[in-house]
Amino acid sequence: MHKLLTDEPGATLLLLGNEAIARGALEAGVAFATTYPGTPSSEISLNLFQISRQSELYFEYSTNEKVALEVAAGAANAGLRTFCMMKHVGLNVAADPLMTLAYVGVRGGLVILSADDPAMFSSQNEQDNRYYAKMAGLPMLEPSSVQEAMEMVRAAFDLSEQLQEPVIVRTTTRINHSSGFVRLGELKKPVTRGYFKKDPMNYVTVPAVSRKLHVKLLANLEKAAAVSEQSAFNQSIGQGAWGVVCNGVSLNYVQDAVQELGVTDRIRILRMGMSNPMPAERVKTFLRECEKVLVVEEGEPFMEEAVKALAQEAGLTLPINGKRADLFSRLYEFDPALVRRVMAKYFGLPYQEKAKLDLSNVPEVPARPPNLCAGCSHRATFYAIKKAAEGLDTVYPNDIGCYTLGFLPPLSMGDFLICMGSSVSSACGLSRATDQKVIGFIGDSTFFHSGITGLVNAVYNNHNFTLVILDNGTTAMTGHQPHPGVDMAALKMDGYNRISIEAVVRAVGVSHVTVIEPFKVKKSIAAIKEALAHKGVSVIISQEICTLYARSLKHPKQRPFRISDRCKNHRECISALGCPAFSLEGDKVRIDANACVGCAVCAQICPENAIVRVKAEG
Amino acid sequence: MNTIRLIIVAVGGQGNLLAAKVLGEAALAAGVPVRMSEIHGMAQRGGVVESAVVIGQAGSSLISDGEADILLGFEPSETLRALGKCHRDTVVITNLAPLPPFTVAIGKGVYPDLDRVQALIREKTKRLIAFDAVALAKAAGNVMALNMVLLGALIETGLLPITAEEVQTAIRTKTKADLAKVNLQAFALGMEAAQKAA
Repeated sequence: MHKLLTDEPGATLLLLGNEAIARGALEAGVAFATTYPGTPSSEISLNLFQISRQSELYFEYSTNEKVALEVAAGAANAGLRTFCMMKHVGLNVAADPLMTLAYVGVRGGLVILSADDPAMFSSQNEQDNRYYAKMAGLPMLEPSSVQEAMEMVRAAFDLSEQLQEPVIVRTTTRINHSSGFVRLGELKKPVTRGYFKKDPMNYVTVPAVSRKLHVKLLANLEKAAAVSEQSAFNQSIGQGAWGVVCNGVSLNYVQDAVQELGVTDRIRILRMGMSNPMPAERVKTFLRECEKVLVVEEGEPFMEEAVKALAQEAGLTLPINGKRADLFSRLYEFDPALVRRVMAKYFGLPYQEKAKLDLSNVPEVPARPPNLCAGCSHRATFYAIKKAAEGLDTVYPNDIGCYTLGFLPPLSMGDFLICMGSSVSSACGLSRATDQKVIGFIGDSTFFHSGITGLVNAVYNNHNFTLVILDNGTTAMTGHQPHPGVDMAALKMDGYNRISIEAVVRAVGVSHVTVIEPFKVKKSIAAIKEALAHKGVSVIISQEICTLYARSLKHPKQRPFRISDRCKNHRECISALGCPAFSLEGDKVRIDANACVGCAVCAQICPENAIVRVKAEG
Repeated sequence: MNTIRLIIVAVGGQGNLLAAKVLGEAALAAGVPVRMSEIHGMAQRGGVVESAVVIGQAGSSLISDGEADILLGFEPSETLRALGKCHRDTVVITNLAPLPPFTVAIGKGVYPDLDRVQALIREKTKRLIAFDAVALAKAAGNVMALNMVLLGALIETGLLPITAEEVQTAIRTKTKADLAKVNLQAFALGMEAAQKAA
């Protein structure tokens, strides 16, 4: 049995934030869950996927976040408790349904989880998704701990049904990827069949209907504001005259700082657990008790601006600050020492910074950037493209996945990237605007997510570039989730269909389609040269399974390679491929037999044929 | 209970997340409050992986620069890189078997001399326990048991309010059944190594 199905109310488990979030949904009786994976949200869905195979929960990996939210909107309006989770930038993709779903509302509880990533540990930006709640007019909850993540997700379902609106739960990486003790509540049996009651005058958003629905949304927002005034998630802690308004993980840093600075009796904290709509009266009451206020929030001055506006309404002139050159930045994430230092400064407390170690005589440690794995098929594809494109003035728009790492030297195959799917559409613009040869890269899962529409555009508008679809048979970066092109039978799962990337590309009307096996280097280069010479849109589908995925599927391991005496130290292997199985031992090139998976690409490019397969034992 | 802050640094794939998890489960069994944070995703593709383990009453699950009481390093150059997390009274435990980053092979940077690494850490912190943990993992039967060797050394220091028995139970129940025996042996060898280093 899955550990999150542990039916022992009151028991304490060590859970990852994302496990606690999944548990919260189960305790709310969630019946239906949709997602597109993305760090830092991925383990929520991974757990629900596993649980769906041993419970009544329906779970699906949808093709993208917009689709996931629309599927969820259907289920929730048929009356089921529905959970839709994604990373912060995923909500951009889902923003279109989000804005109007707020007008329509829901019947069964719908909770949307947005996992924000301050400091961008694994993301292309650090946007602050609290503004989505504000823009859509939807309630938002923000937990400060792993325990609370579970409780808030559970409560969000009730709130959603009470208000008949979706509720957004916003987390940050330090909630999703923190672990802590969680006291379990009761599991609730889900209602798994719904019924859609027709009501077109409230469901079909033509202008006349939407004008009425917007009135309803604003009325619901009023109700939500009343809930926020009473909500236990908005907590006032302490009795001092120095106010601190905070949210999310910042609460922990503030509370630790209060202890360490010894000012328990002087600080009054207002923790905003329900950050939209904000409890206006609670904030005003709080401000009236304070001499000055510091707003501690990562990201944008979301609360700070609101609190200042509320102070103006209340006719209060006390200092309220947060984002300021000498206080908090809008950049990156906070940490305990930063919050302690700023609080001491703002409230004029004596504070001796702990002595830092003098590291001036420590030599610079060589960088260790993330790298494509040993035996990664993307490396082979990048190498073959580079060889085939020698002499051309190339631009390489890249996309989001493991292969983004190809932009690093020595491969250096990535020139432009903004979001999922942008490789294809930006290639349209780049190729039309320049005389350069444009070659885009997109992964299989990303192609299904948002590459197809760009490709249709390219064919329709008769653009001129080559698109390389890196098909490694899985969604690799986020932890090997399936996607529409995955062979589900290999995972011993039935009830799915498989969509052929090649058939899609041909159906769209791409006239030059080539399928290559990137570990066959010479053959690949020849085929790529032909595709590059094609005028119009050409597509190369590079098929080779992700090496980590192959290992998890227990595919037989190939024997590794070694450097023989024929090596004359050209080092083409090292300088062209950048495979992490290689290292230098003194002056000699070496292959780590434990790391090498036997893809044989290096052996095919060695000018001396000095790289040979290790002989079978015995 | 005083708050104890532990930073674990490793190269992606060395198993530090499992080490932190086993420690967390042992803390749960011991009734010791613990919060941990870690980094997943892109950073795991052969990059540096860092876990923070905060034991005691503090609410934060992050550790600021200069505030780690213990630094547990799975790779010597990574231990050196993380020295900024330490203060003068920090106890540092490190594996000495190097895993040079690929940047060294392509001539972008020089791997630091191991004697110098140790001398620098000794000079700046309270105590260094350094040994070849990879060799001990191999001796225990699997190089992947490196994390359990280092966990053994950590527990042997007696700095955490968690006993060896509590960790052994967690290893038995929370690591793969077919590896539990190797893991327990690795844990014992790590304890022994730290004892010798004392």
